[in-house]
Amino acid sequence: MPVNGPLSVATIIAALLLAAWFLLRAALDRAPSRADLLAAALLGALVAVLVVVAVVGLFDGTRPSDTATFAGYLITTIAFAPVALYLARMEPTRWGNLILGIACLVLPVLVLRLQQIASVTGA
Amino acid sequence: MPDAKTTRHADAALRTGLGRVLLFVYGVFALSASARAGVQIGTHFAEAPLAYLLSALAGLVYVAATAGLAIGGSRGRRIALTSCTIELLGVLIVGTLSIADRVAFPDDTVWSRFGSGYGYVPLVLPFVGLWWLWRHRPRQAVS
Repeated sequence: MPVNGPLSVATIIAALLLAAWFLLRAALDRAPSRADLLAAALLGALVAVLVVVAVVGLFDGTRPSDTATFAGYLITTIAFAPVALYLARMEPTRWGNLILGIACLVLPVLVLRLQQIASVTGA
Repeated sequence: MPDAKTTRHADAALRTGLGRVLLFVYGVFALSASARAGVQIGTHFAEAPLAYLLSALAGLVYVAATAGLAIGGSRGRRIALTSCTIELLGVLIVGTLSIADRVAFPDDTVWSRFGSGYGYVPLVLPFVGLWWLWRHRPRQAVS
Protein backbone atom coordinates (compact mmCIF):
# COMPACT_ATOMS: atom_id res chain seq x y z
CA MET A 1 0.00 0.00 0.00
CA PRO A 2 1.26 3.50 -0.83
CA VAL A 3 0.72 4.84 2.70
CA ASN A 4 3.41 2.48 3.97
CA GLY A 5 6.10 3.96 1.73
CA PRO A 6 8.95 6.41 2.33
CA LEU A 7 6.59 9.36 1.76
CA SER A 8 4.78 8.49 5.01
CA VAL A 9 8.05 8.24 6.91
CA ALA A 10 9.13 11.63 5.55
CA THR A 11 5.77 13.16 6.53
CA ILE A 12 5.93 11.76 10.06
CA ILE A 13 9.53 12.96 10.60
CA ALA A 14 8.78 16.41 9.16
CA ALA A 15 5.66 16.73 11.35
CA LEU A 16 7.53 15.73 14.51
CA LEU A 17 10.40 18.14 13.82
CA LEU A 18 7.94 20.97 13.18
CA ALA A 19 5.98 20.02 16.33
CA ALA A 20 9.13 20.45 18.41
CA TRP A 21 9.82 23.78 16.69
CA PHE A 22 6.27 25.17 17.16
CA LEU A 23 6.07 24.04 20.79
CA LEU A 24 9.43 25.71 21.44
CA ARG A 25 8.17 28.91 19.79
CA ALA A 26 5.03 28.78 21.93
CA ALA A 27 7.10 28.20 25.07
CA LEU A 28 9.21 31.26 24.17
CA ASP A 29 5.99 33.31 23.85
CA ARG A 30 6.36 33.96 20.13
CA ALA A 31 3.49 34.48 17.72
CA PRO A 32 3.59 32.49 14.45
CA SER A 33 5.88 34.28 12.00
CA ARG A 34 5.44 34.19 8.23
CA ALA A 35 8.08 31.46 8.12
CA ASP A 36 6.17 29.44 10.73
CA LEU A 37 2.94 29.66 8.75
CA LEU A 38 4.79 28.84 5.53
CA ALA A 39 6.38 25.78 7.15
CA ALA A 40 2.96 24.57 8.32
CA ALA A 41 1.56 25.17 4.83
CA LEU A 42 4.42 23.15 3.27
CA LEU A 43 3.73 20.29 5.69
CA GLY A 44 0.07 20.51 4.66
CA ALA A 45 1.16 20.23 1.01
CA LEU A 46 3.30 17.17 1.81
CA VAL A 47 0.32 15.58 3.59
CA ALA A 48 -1.91 16.41 0.61
CA VAL A 49 0.51 14.60 -1.73
CA LEU A 50 0.45 11.58 0.60
CA VAL A 51 -3.36 11.54 0.61
CA VAL A 52 -3.55 11.87 -3.20
CA VAL A 53 -1.10 8.98 -3.59
CA ALA A 54 -3.23 6.93 -1.18
CA VAL A 55 -6.43 7.74 -3.09
CA VAL A 56 -4.77 6.74 -6.38
CA GLY A 57 -3.70 3.51 -4.64
CA LEU A 58 -7.34 2.76 -3.84
CA PHE A 59 -8.11 2.42 -7.55
CA ASP A 60 -4.98 0.49 -8.39
CA GLY A 61 -4.25 -2.55 -6.27
CA THR A 62 -5.55 -3.99 -3.03
CA ARG A 63 -8.02 -2.02 -0.96
CA PRO A 64 -8.11 -1.97 2.81
CA SER A 65 -10.99 -4.14 4.02
CA ASP A 66 -12.39 -1.16 5.94
CA THR A 67 -12.49 1.24 3.00
CA ALA A 68 -15.05 3.56 4.59
CA THR A 69 -12.94 4.18 7.70
CA PHE A 70 -9.86 4.56 5.51
CA ALA A 71 -11.64 7.21 3.42
CA GLY A 72 -12.79 8.99 6.59
CA TYR A 73 -9.21 9.15 7.85
CA LEU A 74 -7.99 10.37 4.44
CA ILE A 75 -10.48 13.28 4.51
CA THR A 76 -9.55 14.13 8.11
CA THR A 77 -5.83 13.94 7.32
CA ILE A 78 -5.95 16.22 4.28
CA ALA A 79 -8.15 18.78 6.09
CA PHE A 80 -6.10 18.79 9.28
CA ALA A 81 -3.20 21.14 8.48
CA PRO A 82 -5.40 23.72 6.67
CA VAL A 83 -7.81 23.91 9.65
CA ALA A 84 -4.92 24.33 12.10
CA LEU A 85 -3.39 26.98 9.84
CA TYR A 86 -6.70 28.84 9.63
CA LEU A 87 -7.06 28.90 13.44
CA ALA A 88 -3.38 29.81 13.95
CA ARG A 89 -3.73 32.78 11.59
CA MET A 90 -6.65 34.07 13.69
CA GLU A 91 -4.46 33.81 16.80
CA PRO A 92 -1.33 35.97 16.42
CA THR A 93 -0.04 35.09 19.89
CA ARG A 94 1.93 32.22 21.41
CA TRP A 95 -1.29 30.20 21.33
CA GLY A 96 -1.20 30.26 17.54
CA ASN A 97 2.09 28.36 17.67
CA LEU A 98 0.60 25.95 20.22
CA ILE A 99 -2.22 25.16 17.78
CA LEU A 100 0.35 24.42 15.04
CA GLY A 101 2.40 22.33 17.48
CA ILE A 102 -0.59 20.21 18.51
CA ALA A 103 -1.58 19.74 14.87
CA CYS A 104 1.95 18.52 14.07
CA LEU A 105 1.71 16.02 16.95
CA VAL A 106 -1.66 14.66 15.80
CA LEU A 107 -0.72 14.34 12.12
CA PRO A 108 1.77 11.45 12.68
CA VAL A 109 -0.97 9.63 14.63
CA LEU A 110 -3.33 10.05 11.68
CA VAL A 111 -0.69 8.73 9.25
CA LEU A 112 0.02 5.74 11.53
CA ARG A 113 -3.72 5.00 11.75
CA LEU A 114 -3.91 5.14 7.93
CA GLN A 115 -1.07 2.61 7.77
CA GLN A 116 -2.78 0.34 10.31
CA ILE A 117 -6.09 0.39 8.42
CA ALA A 118 -4.33 -0.08 5.07
CA SER A 119 -2.42 -3.11 6.34
CA VAL A 120 -5.67 -5.00 6.94
CA THR A 121 -6.77 -6.08 3.46
CA GLY A 122 -9.73 -8.29 2.63
CA ALA A 123 -9.21 -11.73 1.19
CA MET B 1 -27.25 45.79 36.62
CA PRO B 2 -23.87 44.74 35.21
CA ASP B 3 -22.47 46.92 32.49
CA ALA B 4 -23.21 45.08 29.23
CA LYS B 5 -20.04 46.25 27.54
CA THR B 6 -17.73 45.00 30.28
CA THR B 7 -19.49 41.63 30.43
CA ARG B 8 -19.30 41.19 26.69
CA HIS B 9 -15.61 41.98 26.70
CA ALA B 10 -14.91 39.37 29.40
CA ASP B 11 -16.91 36.78 27.46
CA ALA B 12 -15.23 37.59 24.16
CA ALA B 13 -11.89 36.62 25.70
CA LEU B 14 -13.28 33.10 26.06
CA ARG B 15 -12.78 32.55 22.34
CA THR B 16 -9.27 33.92 22.02
CA GLY B 17 -5.83 32.86 23.23
CA LEU B 18 -5.86 29.47 24.93
CA GLY B 19 -9.60 29.37 24.14
CA ARG B 20 -8.77 28.93 20.47
CA VAL B 21 -6.35 26.10 21.29
CA LEU B 22 -9.13 24.44 23.30
CA LEU B 23 -11.53 24.94 20.39
CA PHE B 24 -9.08 23.11 18.12
CA VAL B 25 -8.48 20.22 20.53
CA TYR B 26 -12.19 19.85 21.34
CA GLY B 27 -12.91 19.89 17.61
CA VAL B 28 -10.46 17.03 17.06
CA PHE B 29 -12.11 15.00 19.83
CA ALA B 30 -15.61 15.86 18.60
CA LEU B 31 -14.69 14.43 15.20
CA SER B 32 -12.80 11.36 16.43
CA ALA B 33 -15.31 10.37 19.14
CA SER B 34 -18.33 10.87 16.86
CA ALA B 35 -16.72 9.03 13.95
CA ARG B 36 -15.71 6.18 16.24
CA ALA B 37 -19.24 5.91 17.65
CA GLY B 38 -20.69 6.08 14.14
CA VAL B 39 -18.53 3.19 12.91
CA GLN B 40 -19.16 1.12 16.06
CA ILE B 41 -22.94 1.61 16.01
CA GLY B 42 -23.14 1.23 12.24
CA THR B 43 -21.16 -1.99 11.94
CA HIS B 44 -21.37 -4.04 15.17
CA PHE B 45 -23.74 -2.37 17.62
CA ALA B 46 -24.92 -5.68 19.18
CA GLU B 47 -21.43 -6.57 20.46
CA ALA B 48 -21.28 -3.91 23.17
CA PRO B 49 -24.35 -1.65 23.11
CA LEU B 50 -23.51 0.12 26.38
CA ALA B 51 -19.96 1.00 25.35
CA TYR B 52 -21.11 2.20 21.93
CA LEU B 53 -23.91 4.36 23.33
CA LEU B 54 -21.36 5.90 25.70
CA SER B 55 -19.12 6.52 22.67
CA ALA B 56 -21.99 8.37 21.02
CA LEU B 57 -22.66 10.36 24.20
CA ALA B 58 -18.96 11.28 24.42
CA GLY B 59 -19.06 12.42 20.80
CA LEU B 60 -22.10 14.61 21.46
CA VAL B 61 -20.50 16.13 24.56
CA TYR B 62 -17.35 17.04 22.60
CA VAL B 63 -19.44 18.50 19.77
CA ALA B 64 -21.38 20.61 22.29
CA ALA B 65 -18.20 21.81 24.00
CA THR B 66 -16.68 22.75 20.62
CA ALA B 67 -19.85 24.63 19.67
CA GLY B 68 -19.93 26.43 23.03
CA LEU B 69 -16.32 27.57 22.64
CA ALA B 70 -16.98 28.67 19.06
CA ILE B 71 -20.15 30.61 19.93
CA GLY B 72 -18.65 32.36 22.94
CA GLY B 73 -20.61 34.92 24.91
CA SER B 74 -22.71 33.97 27.92
CA ARG B 75 -24.69 31.38 25.93
CA GLY B 76 -21.59 29.70 24.55
CA ARG B 77 -20.03 29.76 27.99
CA ARG B 78 -23.09 28.05 29.49
CA ILE B 79 -23.04 25.35 26.79
CA ALA B 80 -19.30 24.79 27.27
CA LEU B 81 -19.63 24.72 31.06
CA THR B 82 -22.39 22.08 30.92
CA SER B 83 -20.55 19.89 28.43
CA CYS B 84 -17.18 20.14 30.20
CA THR B 85 -18.86 19.11 33.46
CA ILE B 86 -20.56 16.10 31.82
CA GLU B 87 -17.24 15.31 30.16
CA LEU B 88 -15.39 15.32 33.49
CA LEU B 89 -18.03 13.10 35.15
CA GLY B 90 -18.07 10.85 32.07
CA VAL B 91 -14.33 10.26 31.90
CA LEU B 92 -14.14 9.62 35.67
CA ILE B 93 -17.17 7.28 35.81
CA VAL B 94 -16.52 5.42 32.55
CA GLY B 95 -12.79 5.29 33.31
CA THR B 96 -13.42 3.69 36.71
CA LEU B 97 -16.10 1.29 35.43
CA SER B 98 -14.00 0.17 32.47
CA ILE B 99 -11.28 -0.95 34.87
CA ALA B 100 -13.62 -2.40 37.53
CA ASP B 101 -16.03 -4.17 35.15
CA ARG B 102 -14.30 -5.37 31.98
CA VAL B 103 -17.34 -7.45 31.01
CA ALA B 104 -19.61 -4.42 30.53
CA PHE B 105 -16.94 -2.68 28.44
CA PRO B 106 -15.56 -5.29 26.05
CA ASP B 107 -14.76 -2.64 23.46
CA ASP B 108 -13.13 0.72 24.00
CA THR B 109 -14.70 4.15 24.11
CA VAL B 110 -12.84 7.45 24.19
CA TRP B 111 -13.24 7.46 27.97
CA SER B 112 -12.20 3.85 28.67
CA ARG B 113 -9.35 3.50 31.16
CA PHE B 114 -9.41 7.28 31.62
CA GLY B 115 -8.68 7.82 27.95
CA SER B 116 -5.40 5.88 27.88
CA GLY B 117 -5.96 5.11 24.19
CA TYR B 118 -5.79 8.85 23.52
CA GLY B 119 -2.73 9.63 25.61
CA TYR B 120 -4.92 10.48 28.65
CA VAL B 121 -5.86 13.73 26.93
CA PRO B 122 -9.59 13.06 27.60
CA LEU B 123 -8.77 13.03 31.33
CA VAL B 124 -6.79 16.29 31.29
CA LEU B 125 -8.99 18.18 28.82
CA PRO B 126 -12.07 18.78 31.04
CA PHE B 127 -9.86 20.16 33.84
CA VAL B 128 -8.21 22.61 31.43
CA GLY B 129 -11.60 23.48 29.93
CA LEU B 130 -13.27 24.11 33.29
CA TRP B 131 -10.27 26.12 34.51
CA TRP B 132 -10.44 28.28 31.37
CA LEU B 133 -14.20 28.82 31.75
CA TRP B 134 -13.75 29.66 35.43
CA ARG B 135 -10.98 32.17 34.63
CA HIS B 136 -13.27 33.86 32.14
CA ARG B 137 -16.40 33.92 34.27
CA PRO B 138 -18.41 37.09 33.73
CA ARG B 139 -17.59 39.66 36.39
CA GLN B 140 -19.70 42.47 37.78
CA ALA B 141 -18.71 45.76 36.19
CA VAL B 142 -16.89 48.27 38.35
CA SER B 143 -19.13 51.31 38.44
